[in-house]
Amino acid sequence: MTFLSEITAIQNIIYIFSSILFITGIKMLGKEDTAVKGNFFSALAMFIAVSITLIDVVNPIVLLSGIALGAVIGSFIALKVKMTSIPEMVALFNGFGGLATFLIAWSEFNSIPDNLFQHVLVMTTLYIGGVTFTGSLVAYAKLSEKIKIAKTSIITKIFTTIFYISLPFLLYSTFVTPFIVTSFEFFTVLLVLTLLGGIGFVLPIGGGDMPVVISLLNSFSGIAAAFAGLLLLNNVLIVAGSLVGASGLILTVIMAKAMNRSISNILFVGYASSSASSSSSEEQGEVSPISVSDAYLILESASSVLIIPGYGMAVAQAQHVVRELGELLEENGTEVKYGIHPVAGRMPGHMNVLLAEANVPYDVLAEPDDVNPTMDAVDVAVVIGANDVVNPSATEEPGSPIYGMPIIEVHNAKTVFVLKRSMSSGFAGVQNPLFFKQNTRMLFGDAKESIGGLVSEFKD
Amino acid sequence: METYILLGFVLILSIYLGLELIAKVPSTLHTPLMSGANAISGIALVGALILSRDSDLQNTIAFFAVTFASINVFGGYLVTNRMLKMFKKK
Repeated sequence: MTFLSEITAIQNIIYIFSSILFITGIKMLGKEDTAVKGNFFSALAMFIAVSITLIDVVNPIVLLSGIALGAVIGSFIALKVKMTSIPEMVALFNGFGGLATFLIAWSEFNSIPDNLFQHVLVMTTLYIGGVTFTGSLVAYAKLSEKIKIAKTSIITKIFTTIFYISLPFLLYSTFVTPFIVTSFEFFTVLLVLTLLGGIGFVLPIGGGDMPVVISLLNSFSGIAAAFAGLLLLNNVLIVAGSLVGASGLILTVIMAKAMNRSISNILFVGYASSSASSSSSEEQGEVSPISVSDAYLILESASSVLIIPGYGMAVAQAQHVVRELGELLEENGTEVKYGIHPVAGRMPGHMNVLLAEANVPYDVLAEPDDVNPTMDAVDVAVVIGANDVVNPSATEEPGSPIYGMPIIEVHNAKTVFVLKRSMSSGFAGVQNPLFFKQNTRMLFGDAKESIGGLVSEFKD
Repeated sequence: METYILLGFVLILSIYLGLELIAKVPSTLHTPLMSGANAISGIALVGALILSRDSDLQNTIAFFAVTFASINVFGGYLVTNRMLKMFKKK
């Protein structure tokens, strides 16, 4: 055994150890009590894998300076970012991971693949990595509201078209080019089409469907890393990448189920335009508005209150006043719970993060299945900037675009307060019959101001 | 080819293991899990480190691959940790 192959053998043994730590880490990350430790284990696994790789690289100065630069930028962003911007940060970091695998595949292409299988791997890794990169950047821009481009705009259509062109071109590059002499630089074309195609993949997908896209891109970045591992014959890349791919896939499925839609419907169709269903909205009757002081009187005498937050709470940044209201209600002897729908907000678990930031303990947060059976015992359900996830059409109107979607059935509560800016419909573009129900009271205005008003009423 | 079959075996088993491990994750942890998994996908850093660097182009690519993967790793773990620290029980 030569010295070099001994080092490789040691590295591979350490990689196995690192893989075990990754597996343990991600398992612990799935439980509340062990999550912090799980994240630490996975970071430790990363540290070990990177360190053992570094011991025999040529010209380490270039690589070490790259790591140092990345460490500074990454840490700076991670520590500076406001907790409320976490969704877009995750998207951004995810994009950088995708870019790294895209670059790995690019570099490997220049090493001249020596068999067809390697060629296929280079192309697939390049494509998934590239789409993850630009797709995540678009998701980042959408989540941070840096771009607002309508699904129907010409720009969206151009990019979507490029995405659909990029797919057959990927097939051509993967399976045809190894056998013919191309008259053009097909690889350069593929690089460009991949990056532009990633934009076209995410651009037409609406804000309310973002939780699905983010989870899917997360999964992609893992799959790309695993493929890069196959390409470079590196087992820790394969194991870690596969774990990420699997966890992203699970989240994607959970999100799609919570909307009762298939993944392909979310990605390629979107909601049907609302014009067809709008005819019935005229005959739904009148809404009953309520003032803050009247709402206070009802809340004050309630013995159980359920709070249902939605994207509107995130927009109004109302989570802190919501927590304050919850605490005041509890001091008043009211039982307070939060009903969290899995797709409320713009990313998986968005509401949970916001409420955690406001110091709401996670054991008062309940899922739809936990709150729906006892809904008729709830005195007041307070809906804060949520719409589609509490729309009774999902259970009552078989013709509705959202029919069949699991919702939080607040309409079964004794009284429902809906905090809303205006009567506009939610992301799905469907009118919400909840607003017209006998037991519903509309509290119009900015959620933060309305709740703030309630809080000061309680304090007086 | 035999190596690829072996590594393909590792790939399939790892995906299956991942699906089993995370199947029942509570919704409170959806964001941290995603963010934590995202940090793990920064393992591409190891791949970037072992790239061959025979030309200027490859050298440049390797540098950028390492840098961006490092942003993913450091940013990902730190953000996840910050987030998890916020989750408190009553």
